[in-house]
Amino acid sequence: MLSNITLGQYYPVDSRVHRLDPRTKLILSIVFIVAVFLAKTWVGYGLLFAFIVLAARLSNVPLKMLFRGLKPLKWILIITFLLNLFFTPGDTVWVSFWVIRITKEAFFQALFYSLRLVFLVIGTSLLTLTTSPVALADAMEILLSPLKVIHFPAHELAMMMTIALRFVPTLLEEADKIMKAQMARGADFESGNLITRAKAMVPLLVPLFVSAFRRASDLAMAMESRCYHGGEGRTRLRVLKFTRNDGIACLVVAALVALLILEGILL
Amino acid sequence: MESNTRITMKDVSFTYEEASSPALSGVSAEIRPGEFVAVLGHNGSGKSTMAKLFNALHIPTEGNVVVCGYDTRSQDLVWEIRRRAGMIFQNPDNQIVATVVREDVAFGLENLGVPTEEMIPRIESALSAVRMNKYADTSPHMLSGGQKQRVAIAGILAMEPSIIIADEATAMLDPSGRKEVLDTIHMLNRNKGITVVWITHFMEEAALADRVLVVSEGSIRLEGTPAEVFDRVEEMREMHLDVPHMAALANELRATGVPLKKGILTVEDMVEEVNRILCPSKSKT
Repeated sequence: MLSNITLGQYYPVDSRVHRLDPRTKLILSIVFIVAVFLAKTWVGYGLLFAFIVLAARLSNVPLKMLFRGLKPLKWILIITFLLNLFFTPGDTVWVSFWVIRITKEAFFQALFYSLRLVFLVIGTSLLTLTTSPVALADAMEILLSPLKVIHFPAHELAMMMTIALRFVPTLLEEADKIMKAQMARGADFESGNLITRAKAMVPLLVPLFVSAFRRASDLAMAMESRCYHGGEGRTRLRVLKFTRNDGIACLVVAALVALLILEGILL
Repeated sequence: MESNTRITMKDVSFTYEEASSPALSGVSAEIRPGEFVAVLGHNGSGKSTMAKLFNALHIPTEGNVVVCGYDTRSQDLVWEIRRRAGMIFQNPDNQIVATVVREDVAFGLENLGVPTEEMIPRIESALSAVRMNKYADTSPHMLSGGQKQRVAIAGILAMEPSIIIADEATAMLDPSGRKEVLDTIHMLNRNKGITVVWITHFMEEAALADRVLVVSEGSIRLEGTPAEVFDRVEEMREMHLDVPHMAALANELRATGVPLKKGILTVEDMVEEVNRILCPSKSKT
């Protein structure tokens, strides 16, 4: 049951967005997050929407996958919408009975705030759907490496991420094995309320932790025996390269930001 | 490097930090270029400690270990030693670092600072030497234990070592995986002339070596060709070690007066020898 898990939510197809350099995608995602907060009017939200549609079309990721990220946020979205709808002051009253008073201004603010959340989630999902976790770790290492001057452990962080990713399936398999061994001896993981079930996990977690530490010490030794001595003087098999498409993507996002700023000034 | 030994141990003792008694005491041995040496011993005999001394993972408490002409005591030569004496460990899962086979093979090369263009052909040839090139883009957790160990061997091979040290590399594998790994190592030993130190508690594996060192209670107790070692059935049993079935049988037959020659290890040896005794005329063919 655990053998076919996928790591993160990477959707492995080939597309122009997938082929972009992970550094480009990481930076552009951050720029996009900022851009979402620049939008103030319908025009701005229209631009953001157009950009998301363009990026989503180019990425070959099915819409269902993109919207999946919104599911856990549905309550937040609903609450955001309702709170803004009822508690934003405004002049043009649309509906008014008892304590409820909905104004035009409130309605649009509620809509914009919810859209903003939707754009944020879909925009960042596009990054994780089109970039493998290892590529992201690589991109982070390179982008953070200037911080090495102030002793920020960029290489170590990226190495830790890659190793964690490597051991996720191994540890899941092991958890499965321990669980089955304990179920065979009468342990019950499936009945009772939340607290009982959480307590039942303790005898699973203890051996899992012990074994994880043993693995870590074995791995450290294996890495040392293969000449690992930190990031210094290390070369890499995967070399990240900027291509023409990266330039185009940057230009598109720059245009988006410029238009949003213009919109803020003019409208 | 030009010396005629790959590894020299001279009066080596090693005590773990918390331990009261030494894991190895006063061990001397030499391993020559191109040799396949099996180190045999039961659990806790000190054979794994010996492996770690060869790779500078442990530094001897007393005495010297010289690997490819480098003394493991000198701190700044550690990487020179480790690139020449690659090590494979027991647990196939706990020595693979990357999420893709190709990248795991690259790990050692990345550490050595080999330029990327040079890395690619070295990875290809290492993977094809262990016949794993089909799996270059596979995720390691999809592989069998034997395949994982072969990837680990490729990872070392890419660093172009003179010695491969295998610390019970087959102990966690099923019989077919064990054969896979053992065949690969023997092939590398024969074709590429790589010196092999094969640490094991399986007699059948030791029987295939050029030379066997039997370790017990922290010292080398017996040394010689597999035939010489396994003929000393009584001494082996005293050290809680078995001998191959045919060696044990030959020993018992000899005790009852059957004039069997020394050095019978396999069924084939036994058949040939029994034939020789029963019908002396035929055996010449």
